[in-house]
Amino acid sequence: MVEVAKPTVSNQPDLSGPAVQPSKISVRDLNFYYGSYQALHSISIEIKERVVTAFIGPSGCGKSTFLRTLNRMNDVILGTRAEGKVFIDNEDIYAPETDVVDLRRKVGMVFQKSNPFPKSIFDNVAYGLRINRMTSSKSELEESVERALRNTALWDEVKDRLKTSALGLSGGQQQRLCIARALAIQPEVILMDEPASALDPTATAKIEELIRVLRQQYTIVIVTHNMQQAARVSDTTAFFLLGKLIEVNSTSKMFTAPETKITEDYITGRFG
Amino acid sequence: MDQHRHLDDELSSLRDRLLLLGGEAERALDRAMYALTERDSEAAKEVLARDDEVDRLEVEIDRQCIDIIALRQPAARDLRFVIAVVKIAPVLERIADHACNIARAAIDLNNEPQLRSTIDVQRMAEHASGMLHASLDAFASNDADLAQQIIQRDQEINEIYNLVFRELIESMVIEPGAAQRAARLLFVAKHLERIGDYVTDICELTVYMALAAFIKHTK
Repeated sequence: MVEVAKPTVSNQPDLSGPAVQPSKISVRDLNFYYGSYQALHSISIEIKERVVTAFIGPSGCGKSTFLRTLNRMNDVILGTRAEGKVFIDNEDIYAPETDVVDLRRKVGMVFQKSNPFPKSIFDNVAYGLRINRMTSSKSELEESVERALRNTALWDEVKDRLKTSALGLSGGQQQRLCIARALAIQPEVILMDEPASALDPTATAKIEELIRVLRQQYTIVIVTHNMQQAARVSDTTAFFLLGKLIEVNSTSKMFTAPETKITEDYITGRFG
Repeated sequence: MDQHRHLDDELSSLRDRLLLLGGEAERALDRAMYALTERDSEAAKEVLARDDEVDRLEVEIDRQCIDIIALRQPAARDLRFVIAVVKIAPVLERIADHACNIARAAIDLNNEPQLRSTIDVQRMAEHASGMLHASLDAFASNDADLAQQIIQRDQEINEIYNLVFRELIESMVIEPGAAQRAARLLFVAKHLERIGDYVTDICELTVYMALAAFIKHTK
């Protein structure tokens, strides 16, 4: 009998990107309840700094609920309760002394449907800077707004109509404006809940390109139903099912050789 | 999920087509060697005539793989399968090309007196054909263990090739008048040795397909 060498997975090229970054968010044994209904079961995950992490899974699997636990957006829903620990930069965000306003300044959020305020383009981006008193002069405010708009590749498209209503922008531009609004107050983490699901392919491509650029400065967590989008924009992918975290892996590994059969069934569309 | 059943059908059709190409390559090799050992030039011409069918199948497989990647965006094991197929198809086409070269050599050699070393060349061909058949079995059954066992067998072909090489060089020295025929036969042996290498490629791709492990260039 010929001795057969077993192949090792370790000789696979690693296309996972900056996987050795330190953890920005550390979640340990997190359970989450809507009243008596348990939506998340014992979630533990390390989310790396300046890495794009995508959450994927079927509808109702808990990925958006989990995203919202990372800046305590679920607190506004009556009857919800979180157990376990969520550390951001080693600070427990569910500790009683946590200032939730400070937390949400540090952990910005972009939603599925763009939600610009019924104000001018300029005032939308300046809103957070003003209420947080983050600038000391008009020129500093203008510089900050311009920087945020440039960072979202929107400046050239809107610089001549900053005083016009944000509601006059296209859907894709409105979504990038919302990202600019989130960036203006200099967050460290950006949570995105299906940010391109309502956009056409061109606007989606711009958002995806933006995510790849922003990743150099920010820790980004994105929930998406679109698996190709997760594959295109993320470095790490986490698969959720029925409120449980099934697998976390480099996106390259997740889409070519996932470790669990149930992940593979979902990725290949054999699920259910 | 209707869309998925459709993808399964397409993947199944792709596998069938690759195995058909594999069958053509096997047949070409076996018939070319039959033409050489049985001195049957008609069999050799038949191999050459069927090569267009091999080329046609390879192009069809290429197109089908491109369509599946573009339109179905396969992932995980489906993606590995399509990648394996798109890389195995040209390997099979090249094996069939080597078989054609053997067939051309057979047509020339059949007009000359037979050389003694043909027996060892035939032994090489039996090994190559057996490996090729087994590699297609390993691919069809997604069997990485079998694929790795077949890779080990390439060494046996290399050893016979070295033996044939020495024998034919000696025969050229001893009988200069037979040098041209011996050189022809040496090329046949080299084609068979290359086929062994190509079968190794098929097996390495089968291991990738089954286990997502890259074993190429890891010796």
